[in-house]
Amino acid sequence: MSKAIRDVYGSVLAELAENNNDIVVLDADLSGSTKSGIFGKAFPERFFNMGIAESNMVATAAGLSTTGKIPFVNTFTVFLTTLGLISTRAQICYGNLNVKLAGAYCGMSDAFDGATHHATEDIAVMRSLPNMTVIVPSDAASTRWATKYAVEKVGPMYLRLSRDVYPDLYPENTAFECGKGAIVREGKDLTVIACGLLVHKAIEAAEVMEEKGVSVRVVDMYSIKPIDKELILRCAEETGAIVTAEEHNIFGGLGGAVAEVLAYGGAGVPTEFVGIQDTFTESAPYKDLLKKYGVDANGVLAGIEKVLARKK
Amino acid sequence: MPLSQERVAELNDLCRMFRIDVLKAVHSIQSGHPGGSLSVCEILTLLYQELMNISADKADDPNRDRLVLSKGHAAPMLYRNLIEKGFLPADSMSGLRRIDSLLQGHPSNHTPGVEMPSGPLGLGLSAAQGMAMGLRLNGSKARVYAILGDGETNEGVVWEAAMSAPKFGLSNLTAVVDYNKVQLDGTTDEIMPLGDLASKFSAFGWNVITCDGHDINALYDAFGSAKSYTVGPSVIIADTIKGKGVSFMEGKAAWHGKAIPDAELATAMKELGGEA
Repeated sequence: MSKAIRDVYGSVLAELAENNNDIVVLDADLSGSTKSGIFGKAFPERFFNMGIAESNMVATAAGLSTTGKIPFVNTFTVFLTTLGLISTRAQICYGNLNVKLAGAYCGMSDAFDGATHHATEDIAVMRSLPNMTVIVPSDAASTRWATKYAVEKVGPMYLRLSRDVYPDLYPENTAFECGKGAIVREGKDLTVIACGLLVHKAIEAAEVMEEKGVSVRVVDMYSIKPIDKELILRCAEETGAIVTAEEHNIFGGLGGAVAEVLAYGGAGVPTEFVGIQDTFTESAPYKDLLKKYGVDANGVLAGIEKVLARKK
Repeated sequence: MPLSQERVAELNDLCRMFRIDVLKAVHSIQSGHPGGSLSVCEILTLLYQELMNISADKADDPNRDRLVLSKGHAAPMLYRNLIEKGFLPADSMSGLRRIDSLLQGHPSNHTPGVEMPSGPLGLGLSAAQGMAMGLRLNGSKARVYAILGDGETNEGVVWEAAMSAPKFGLSNLTAVVDYNKVQLDGTTDEIMPLGDLASKFSAFGWNVITCDGHDINALYDAFGSAKSYTVGPSVIIADTIKGKGVSFMEGKAAWHGKAIPDAELATAMKELGGEA
């Protein structure tokens, strides 16, 4: 089975709101795309369409949170994390307010709309804000958990969501934990630490390598902040090489977060970073973009080959 | 019912005292914003000391009125009002802008009595709008006040909120523009002409009230008229003077964010009847 991440998020949010009157939802004229409209139809009195005004939307959510509400703020990832950033920083994070930011079209998942609509720096931006929690779901079950967790956990949270369809990775009742990563495929020769779509690409790459006699471990680092330091250092020690993989600039995102842990832990193992190579992207079918910008299974394989060459 | 003459006199005397204490604090740390603190003095003092339903004993009361000082650089005047209401210790002003102090250069909600961080201009009206939406959903009768600078209205997000608050019919929201006609680099006419502010808000669907922002009676009537308007949000365009109360600061952009030298403080204290 596979499901579009935005569909899962939208329906789970509406489902949770049936038993929680404090959940309120804001969107900036994209509720049909972000799927916050599912909530909007079910609970019109708690749904605020703010028009195309992201700064106003995020700051309004900051105010709502001080009255006991749990605002979920929705728009395309790139607009949320740029136009919404001043309020996110100065009000929500500085004030440690209970606001949930859901970035709907992460990475290049709004493929045809091109570079202006792709979000390739959002993890770097969001994880550098004190008090912010950063979660990147990788399938329907983890999206369900992340949405539920956002309601339960008090404080600022950023959910990096995709427009795309991801195959199921976890059983429905999997126990996820903020601050933890999950080993989704065992291996001993190296570890690919990935998030979101790239977890699936890493598994594909690991299957190819298995035929070549190389055993690749794959970690789904769905919690980017806080990050599972213990697991990263254990993987470095047990497999001796790390590849990070993300649909994001190679600077400042998951790769940066993992590198910080490795450096701090004195792990000193060969490390490669799979991601968008500090460049702007373009309009095209999603599959073609993933291929050209090196964030598909072949991109992960290239990273694996490089790290293996360094490991020897 | 209008305020009694005695109460007006008391409030005016509080304003005089607050001006003295704010200038002393800004002088002491040699940093801060005297001009905009003085222009907003009567507005904040009337709200905090007379109109708003707030109490330090019940600081978390869900039905308390809320105020967002969107022009966060006037923080010293906010702090002095919060001291008077018992949210902060009496000697707090001496900590303004100093290390490990509760009194940040711009307001933080970690300071008792402060509802929302502010400082980066333009965001406070949106945040106040969110509070008004939330309180209405909660069935609360509490009112929300957003205090804006006039220079602040250069920020585009102010007009995003100006457009949205009437859509949601937020009659529990009152914005106040401290219309002192001076910003950091010069007069508002020189830096970014505001044109007819009243007509601009009116065109967006606000109930617009204009008054003398240093006249307690006029402000009292303006807030009363905002409260009785039940269709949507009201904005009070309060005609003020930057640096009000200190002759050499009045109307001068130079005193927007300038440290006060000893001699000037002495002159100011003399004019306000304080001790240097």
